[in-house]
Amino acid sequence: MEELDAEPPLMVVPGADPVARQLCFAWGPAEVLVCETLFGRRGTGEGGPSASRVFVVRKDQDIYIQTLRKLFNESHGIFIGLQRSEEELVGKSRKAQLVQVSKNYRSVIRACMEDMHQAACKFVSILSAMELIWNLCEILFVEAAAAGPLLLRLLDWVRLHVCDVDNMVREVLSSENPSKHKLFWNLGNTQTLTEMELKWQHWHEECQRYLQDGTFASNSHMESICKILLGDEDAILEKKELMTTWYHFLVTRLLYSHPTVKPMELRFYAQSSMDLFLGGESSPEPLDTILMAAFEFEMHQVIKECSIALSNWWFVAHLTDLLDHCKLLQSHNLYFGSNMREFLLLEYASGLFSHHSLWQLGVDYFDHCPEYGRVYLELHIERIPLNTEQKALKVLRICEQRQMHEQVRSICKIMAMKALRNNRLGSALSWSIRAKDAAFATLISDRFLKDYCERGCFSDLDLIDNLGPSMLLSDRLTFLGKYREFHRLYGEKRFSEAAKLLLMLMTAHIAPCSFWMTLLTDALPLLEQKEVVFSAEQTYELMRCLEDLTAGKSDKQKFQVDDVETMKVEMLRLALARNLARVIVKEGTLEGS
Amino acid sequence: MEEVCAKFVSQKISKTRWRPLPAAALQPPELFATGSWDNEDNRISIWSVGDLGNVGLNGEYQGEPQLLCDIRHDGDVMDMQFLDQERIVVASSTGTVTVFRHHQNNQTLSANHQWEKAHYHVDQNTSCGGAACTGVICNNPEIVTVGEDGRINLFRADQKNAVRTIDNADSSTLHAVTFLRTTEILTVNSIGQLKIWDLRQQKNEPSHIFSLTGDRVPLHCVDRHPSQQHIVATGGQDGMLSVWDIRHGTMPVSLLNAHEAEMWEVHFHPSNPDHLFTCSEDGSLWHWDTSTDVSEKPSFLHQGGRSATCFSHNIINQSVVSAWLSNDPTKDRMEITNLIPNQTLSVNSLDILGPCLVYGTDAEAIYVNRQLFA
Repeated sequence: MEELDAEPPLMVVPGADPVARQLCFAWGPAEVLVCETLFGRRGTGEGGPSASRVFVVRKDQDIYIQTLRKLFNESHGIFIGLQRSEEELVGKSRKAQLVQVSKNYRSVIRACMEDMHQAACKFVSILSAMELIWNLCEILFVEAAAAGPLLLRLLDWVRLHVCDVDNMVREVLSSENPSKHKLFWNLGNTQTLTEMELKWQHWHEECQRYLQDGTFASNSHMESICKILLGDEDAILEKKELMTTWYHFLVTRLLYSHPTVKPMELRFYAQSSMDLFLGGESSPEPLDTILMAAFEFEMHQVIKECSIALSNWWFVAHLTDLLDHCKLLQSHNLYFGSNMREFLLLEYASGLFSHHSLWQLGVDYFDHCPEYGRVYLELHIERIPLNTEQKALKVLRICEQRQMHEQVRSICKIMAMKALRNNRLGSALSWSIRAKDAAFATLISDRFLKDYCERGCFSDLDLIDNLGPSMLLSDRLTFLGKYREFHRLYGEKRFSEAAKLLLMLMTAHIAPCSFWMTLLTDALPLLEQKEVVFSAEQTYELMRCLEDLTAGKSDKQKFQVDDVETMKVEMLRLALARNLARVIVKEGTLEGS
Repeated sequence: MEEVCAKFVSQKISKTRWRPLPAAALQPPELFATGSWDNEDNRISIWSVGDLGNVGLNGEYQGEPQLLCDIRHDGDVMDMQFLDQERIVVASSTGTVTVFRHHQNNQTLSANHQWEKAHYHVDQNTSCGGAACTGVICNNPEIVTVGEDGRINLFRADQKNAVRTIDNADSSTLHAVTFLRTTEILTVNSIGQLKIWDLRQQKNEPSHIFSLTGDRVPLHCVDRHPSQQHIVATGGQDGMLSVWDIRHGTMPVSLLNAHEAEMWEVHFHPSNPDHLFTCSEDGSLWHWDTSTDVSEKPSFLHQGGRSATCFSHNIINQSVVSAWLSNDPTKDRMEITNLIPNQTLSVNSLDILGPCLVYGTDAEAIYVNRQLFA
């Protein structure tokens, strides 16, 4: 394993006292369960048999901040839009598209900041830092501003985040020759970089002359302004308290000394600006390190520092994805196989899945992780609690759309079992049909048949009478449907059809062997009808079935068979014989056939 | 589409309902209620979309819904219906049915009445045993609820106990209920059946059962034509829209392939019933337009969204009475439009009243369109 970048933070679990009791732990998908054991610190049994508590320790608390939910949802929409956006666009139009996406992300962050501001949430400062970093990355990486526009963008950037700079600029603009300034600011297409540089040089020299001539000697204030305009570092540093940060200082410096700075030169100015500004008094904060890395165009360093500094994966996941779309990240694989973009997205989405509601967003993120996304999704989706049928349906739909058949079967089975326990046989059947689970359908049918045997009538006729094509899902279900049909035919006094059906159920082996006795007993009233129902052929068939049934029992079983059984068999034999006699006579006579 | 106003509300929306307008009202609706789901702390919220001339306190976009008040709700909001101008009946996943009252003077919500365990399973293992109440329909003062326990309850707004309960009305889950006539209700279940129940009769059997042909796909929503009460539309788990004529036969008159996933809600436009709206798990919201007069066609069809002129795939002719039951392919003309250009997560609920459409999604956003037929 590689060495650690930072010391792992120590987390104290409030309420757990390791001095009193030994603790044990287990990893969950996004949290750790810490439990108090029975054992005391110094051996066994000292803890005593008092109640044990279980603590759920989560690293990522941010997803539970209510005001951040807007951020997660809106950025999810932007993320999906980016993945779906046309890849055929190249060059300038593609870049413009990506810059727009970046701006959309930033406006979402700012909207969230507004809400947080109103709700007086402390997270505002973190969001503000995020927007600052993102904005800089947009300028340097996504837009890749060239020398010239680069400084303008940086000025906007600083202006957006620090309000004080306006004071200085206003002072400057009001005092000096306005027309020269206008020329300076006009970076339209008509001017090339060299033209602008020349103009600036000219203006710079003019300022220098004013200073040397002592034009402002009488007014020290004006003199210092002139020095600032000339880019005199010391003069600018004197006004340190007006500038809150070193990057503000950097941009001001560049404005007055190197307005046509090239992107690659930024790093030197940035480093010296930070050194000059901080002056060795304070060490750089995490934000400073991140910004410095950005100025040095060390993208990976930026992402790494952000990952360490921020408590939530949202920022690095989305930023890295955007940079990846800009084709800026080298696809060097991490040692366990996926690339950085995928790793961060997986982490972020896993965090979403630990939230009771935001898991739905996580699905789309996993979809866009080509290597491990599917596996992660399969593991996570099975752990979503399904407290209503509607939620189960939504989860099922997600699985079906991605051909995750195992998960479909598993979820349907869980829901079907729940329904069965609650005696909702129709619901249970509906779930087994969805999963095409023949085994479960058989189970449900057996339940129905058992109910019938115990009570003598069918429950839930509305279900059994309307099985439709789902009857074919399992043999037992087919039998159930057909058996019910037999009863219906009998009820409608369509005896010959009922008889035919009954016989077919046995001869075609649709009926389970355990049920044959019941079926044969059902045949009794038909045999006893005034009108002969069964033909000779059919009677022979019935007799054969009866013999098969009784012959199947071993001698030992014959002794254990109770009187009712034997009587039933006797009655059947008698009835069959009588029917056979009648039908032979009937079929034998000329009028009867 | 500038007329559609989106607002992210930090909760997944399961139901949106416009507050009904008084009988002779001419102005469009201004208030709607939403219910959330899948939160540890679910809420019923009342929102206002004021006049278009309004600018909010922070100068936000005109017409953006403003939260007036909200209240905590125990369990997911499974269904919701306005009982009258001030009261809303809410069905919960815990099996409880609650009547909330919206106090207009101080803009608060309070729980007015509650029927706990209106729906429950009998299970020895669990202590609570509550079953989700999946559908509620009101016809002041009567309230009918259905649930996962296959039970139908009839309540009156002012009475503590249920007026009537039909236990085991269905062996599967009842997904939705609506009034057919004042004494008859329609229910749909998870084995593809549409049942009519006559509440005047004492027997606990449906008076009529209709079934889908082919696979018994679960039906999730049902709505009756506002003026021609024999026309009923249902939406299924496979996204299919079925139109039934309950005077004839036991099978649907037409089956229309629409969504790619569960259809959660179907609504006839209450005053313009040639228009039908459906929303689905696949993230789309379809507007079905069978109006015959070309000049009546809503012009928003030209702005954004996918537009498709489509023929229903069964044999249908256009009768004088209603285009929904038509079965002549040469005369048939139905325009179907998806109102959502960039669909992502499920649209769980929609409601239309007059020219206003409101819908809520799993992406934690509410959308309002106040110029549907402009």
